[in-house]
Amino acid sequence: MKTKRIDKREEGIGVVEPQYYTIDSLMLESGEKLGQVTLAYETYGALNENKTNAVMVLHALSGDAHAAGLDTERKNPGWWDSMIGPGRAFDTDKYFVISSNVIGGCKGSTGPSSVNPATGRHYALDFPIVTINDMVDAQKRLIDHMGIDKLLTAAGGSMGGMLALSWLVRYPDRIRSAIPIATAIKHGPQQIAFNEVGRQAIMADPHWNSGNYYGGPPPAKGLAVARMIGHITYMSDLSMEEKFGRQRKNGNEPFKFTADYEVEGYLRYRGDSFVKRFDANSYLYITKAMDNFDATELRPLQDSLQGQKTKVLVIAFKSDWLYPAYQSKEIVKACKRSGIETTYCEVDSTYGHDAFLLEVEEETHLISHFLKKVFHEYETA
Amino acid sequence: MTYVNVRFDHKAILKLVKPQSTVLELGCGEGDLLSLLIKERSVRGQGLEIDEQAIYASVAKGLNVIHGDIDSGLAEYEDKSFDYVILNQSLQQIKRPDSVLMDALRVGRKVIISFSNFAYYKSRLQIFFGGRTPVTGALPYQWYETPNLHFLSVTDFIDYCRLKNVGIERTIYISDDKRVRFLPNLFAQTAIFLVNRGL
Repeated sequence: MKTKRIDKREEGIGVVEPQYYTIDSLMLESGEKLGQVTLAYETYGALNENKTNAVMVLHALSGDAHAAGLDTERKNPGWWDSMIGPGRAFDTDKYFVISSNVIGGCKGSTGPSSVNPATGRHYALDFPIVTINDMVDAQKRLIDHMGIDKLLTAAGGSMGGMLALSWLVRYPDRIRSAIPIATAIKHGPQQIAFNEVGRQAIMADPHWNSGNYYGGPPPAKGLAVARMIGHITYMSDLSMEEKFGRQRKNGNEPFKFTADYEVEGYLRYRGDSFVKRFDANSYLYITKAMDNFDATELRPLQDSLQGQKTKVLVIAFKSDWLYPAYQSKEIVKACKRSGIETTYCEVDSTYGHDAFLLEVEEETHLISHFLKKVFHEYETA
Repeated sequence: MTYVNVRFDHKAILKLVKPQSTVLELGCGEGDLLSLLIKERSVRGQGLEIDEQAIYASVAKGLNVIHGDIDSGLAEYEDKSFDYVILNQSLQQIKRPDSVLMDALRVGRKVIISFSNFAYYKSRLQIFFGGRTPVTGALPYQWYETPNLHFLSVTDFIDYCRLKNVGIERTIYISDDKRVRFLPNLFAQTAIFLVNRGL
């Protein structure tokens, strides 16, 4: 029989259905207990018999479980689709890739927009404060449920990198390695400041109504402004120059405060489209979780890593000013002090913070070789 | 044991490293020496390298490499973190060799240093008769393109060790893939020292 040769790398994953796992109750760091917690997740590739080939990819602030393939409407590729699939960095011919939405989110997992089973109403601000560690606890329950003893790696960029660090510090015996990308041990005041401006924009929108807007119009303007600020911080001055310059929008004569420049139009478009897919209260909760995260909360990071067999791959990007490379180097420093095996690369990129989604070639090289080694060591251990 | 396509100086360094030890290589380049040590001596290896492309090559060999410069990259390690710290042809390229060497002796129980001998007789001839900065097999660069910031000879290094109370455990002198046993400061192109902190 004649078979048509297809480049599998071009092919990707195909259509992926989301899955859901509900935890009876989850004890949060705040001391509150959250009942009936649902996690939305997707998986790609097949789990091997010994369950030794599982990988967890961790999304950023506005991400979701849909990391690869096409959604059921066949419209949207996953947020890390270029990295996950046959022959890609997270090679689904070899690895079983799990991508889970975080709790507090709004894309199928329990969050402030979910209905509180106790009251029958949306949680809104009755939703408890959740932390990065709580998000990881829920994900740990998911791999418990799947019967996976150890993940080959926990990998992610930005907030995903914080989740990876939380895995590394709190569940070192459940992962063989961690890949924190473009991230920080904790937020500095500049990072908290940008998040706070975003939160204030949402809360200043009259539709926000102290979080009680479900069933009515959402605080769309406020959330759009928050997203616009976010997008500015994700780019670099050079990437903005290359993308927009001072280009004016076609046919627009300069007029009073319309979107005259390309960059204005872009930000408006990004803001408006974000509102359609994201919940404003989730934005408040998740940005707060990022601001509150501190991987050195209990003890210095090197003490947490001391004696661990976990390997670490840290990646930073030269033009990333939101999560500057020196913050990644703080992670590397702790790794050096603790004596664990470490690889660090500061990739020469002009994309700014967005680079973790765009520098596919460099990330693929680093991650695929690193993971191959980790997998080999696990198989021969 | 026979090695195909393995550099002679790498083979010499291999002889100095005990099996199952821990190694930090400062300026590991594309990771050839470190891979050899892992393969032949089952060492636990860690590299430090400044060049991004060299890091990709090292990672492809399955090595652990940290992107950073030697001058500042050593300070973050605890005392006696490694059995060996290796500076293979990198000593001449760092800004402050003295402080790096002292720190290498703090971080490693032993330090292996290999460098090109500036007092090799052909270099001397080129300076004396040619009146030009020498270009030799071990120092193959023109003055305007050399990565080396410092030039030293075998005797310079021995003097340095004496001055700083650094203990010399072993020396290997090489020229054209052969051991040199006679007047090394004159005939060696490459010198390899195994040193310790001394007393």
